[in-house]
Amino acid sequence: MASTQTFSNNLRLFVAGDWQHNRLIQERIKKGIAYIICTLMAVIYVFPLYWLLTTALKTDAEVFQLPPTFLPVDPQWQNFQAATEYIPFWLYMGNTLIIAVLTIIGTLVSCTLIAYGFARIKWPGRNVLFIVYLSTIMLPTQVTMIPLYIIYRQMGWIGTFMPLIVPSFFGNALFVFLLRQFLMTIPAELSEAAKIDGASEVGILRHVMLPLLRPALATVALFTFVNVYRDFLGPLIYLSDQNQWTISLGLKLFQNMYGAQWQLMMAASTLAMVPIIVLFFFTQKTFVEGISLTGIKG
Amino acid sequence: MLNIRDWSLAKREAAAGYFFILPWIIGFTLLTLGPMLASLYFSFTDYNIVEAPRWIGLNNYTRLFNDELFWQSLAVTLRFAVLALPSGLVLGFVLALLLNQDVPGVKIWRTIFFLPSVLSGVAVTLLWLMLFNPELGVVNKLLEQIGIKGPGWLQDPDWAVPSLAIMALWGVGQNMIVYLAGLQGVPADLYDAAKVDGANRTQQFRYVTIPMMTPVLFYNLVLGLIGTFSYFTQVYVATGGSGGPARSTLFYNLYLYQNAFRYNDMGYASAMAWVLFVIVLTLTLLVFRSSSLWVYYEGELRGRR
Repeated sequence: MASTQTFSNNLRLFVAGDWQHNRLIQERIKKGIAYIICTLMAVIYVFPLYWLLTTALKTDAEVFQLPPTFLPVDPQWQNFQAATEYIPFWLYMGNTLIIAVLTIIGTLVSCTLIAYGFARIKWPGRNVLFIVYLSTIMLPTQVTMIPLYIIYRQMGWIGTFMPLIVPSFFGNALFVFLLRQFLMTIPAELSEAAKIDGASEVGILRHVMLPLLRPALATVALFTFVNVYRDFLGPLIYLSDQNQWTISLGLKLFQNMYGAQWQLMMAASTLAMVPIIVLFFFTQKTFVEGISLTGIKG
Repeated sequence: MLNIRDWSLAKREAAAGYFFILPWIIGFTLLTLGPMLASLYFSFTDYNIVEAPRWIGLNNYTRLFNDELFWQSLAVTLRFAVLALPSGLVLGFVLALLLNQDVPGVKIWRTIFFLPSVLSGVAVTLLWLMLFNPELGVVNKLLEQIGIKGPGWLQDPDWAVPSLAIMALWGVGQNMIVYLAGLQGVPADLYDAAKVDGANRTQQFRYVTIPMMTPVLFYNLVLGLIGTFSYFTQVYVATGGSGGPARSTLFYNLYLYQNAFRYNDMGYASAMAWVLFVIVLTLTLLVFRSSSLWVYYEGELRGRR
């Protein structure tokens, strides 16, 4: 009786051990396969960017050479200089930066105030209004686009940065949502303590909440910058004067250069991507968190 | 006399609350609700900006119904959605699953797959215009090396939308990040419980991972579908705003833009905007209605949104 039990115990141990051993091997194989697939995918994903950069450094003749060269024979670094002269590159960068900075200021101020009002103060109708606000995220911009254009036209704002900047001072539903989520996690005792010390709501926001809110505000600023930088339809509609174009809009001047001067087009595209790439490498964590939190897509 | 100090605490709090959300109240009235109603009104008028709008009843809507290009734009948009969304979902999910395995160098892989999706739409489109050029682009040159004659890509009416879908797949990294967060949010004790019940890896994937991920996947799919109706920058840059060749890339939003800002047909474009609004609203309601079918842990997921 006892020996059968030992036997079955041993058998169980043996099977378990083997199972564990197998699992280790399985785990290794699985990781190996994942690694190989990752490498293959990465090659495909990196290739367009690699081709962008190498084309930017080729001569006109080398761009169209057959078979294509995978490394520029004689890197033409002056292509970048030439590209910034082919279109008024720095003017467009400057315009983009002005719009971006003002939009970020507007967004940060308005969204902080609104989020504080929704998160930290109790008032009748708050939850209903917040749902109304959230539902505007789903509203397609086209539904308001035409009347807004007509309003801005009547105000004489077409051909100025105003239509691109001013709306940011009235809040953005997605960012308010993000900031509100963040503010809700701050314990109520903090504000109550400040209130007992005689602080007003504005005082609490400034001295208690703002320092805590900094990482969330950084996320909002980052996404606002990326949105402004990539915006195309807005500048296309509102910036009628070519001297006021943003970089996104300015790049379309290369559209008409089919088959010629690709190296300049790619040099300009590379330069236009640099700010986003630099930001991305320094703030990748913020990007990841922002996207995972809200599912926002640019 | 209005003396705030005499107000009750509740009243003072309410006043403060309204004060803080004032920017939104103003913005909502002037930049959202007002324009929405105005565009509804315009959709019943003939309006070219220069002259005052003239009431024409349902004419714009009946015109839409008989407009071949309107149906074409809907078809193009849906064709793109069918080509780009399911493949983007699968690719994004596979990449997320791969990165969830702790492959060595996970941060490098994540950066590589994520970066293209945050780059600027115009610069990226110019890049793909060059890659996809039928005679001189590197894609067809490489295909030639292995004995395949590549298609005309963006210059071929049959291939133009698939080309744009391939471009979209290159930007699948943001989906991947959302799914990765979802995968990492699946509670470990669910897997432990499954293991105790003797589930193998495949079964764990089928009965734990997939059910836990369906809300995220579905939510993304619907957002993606809604997003397709706003698809604009890439197709505008790739086709010079024409929607060519042979109107094969006349996306809904591009046709709306053309009507509004090329032909100054503001009334007609407004009608298109409202039809779009109804489509999006229907899709959104559909998601909420069907949520009981696919949401497993509603409370937990609501926290994540």
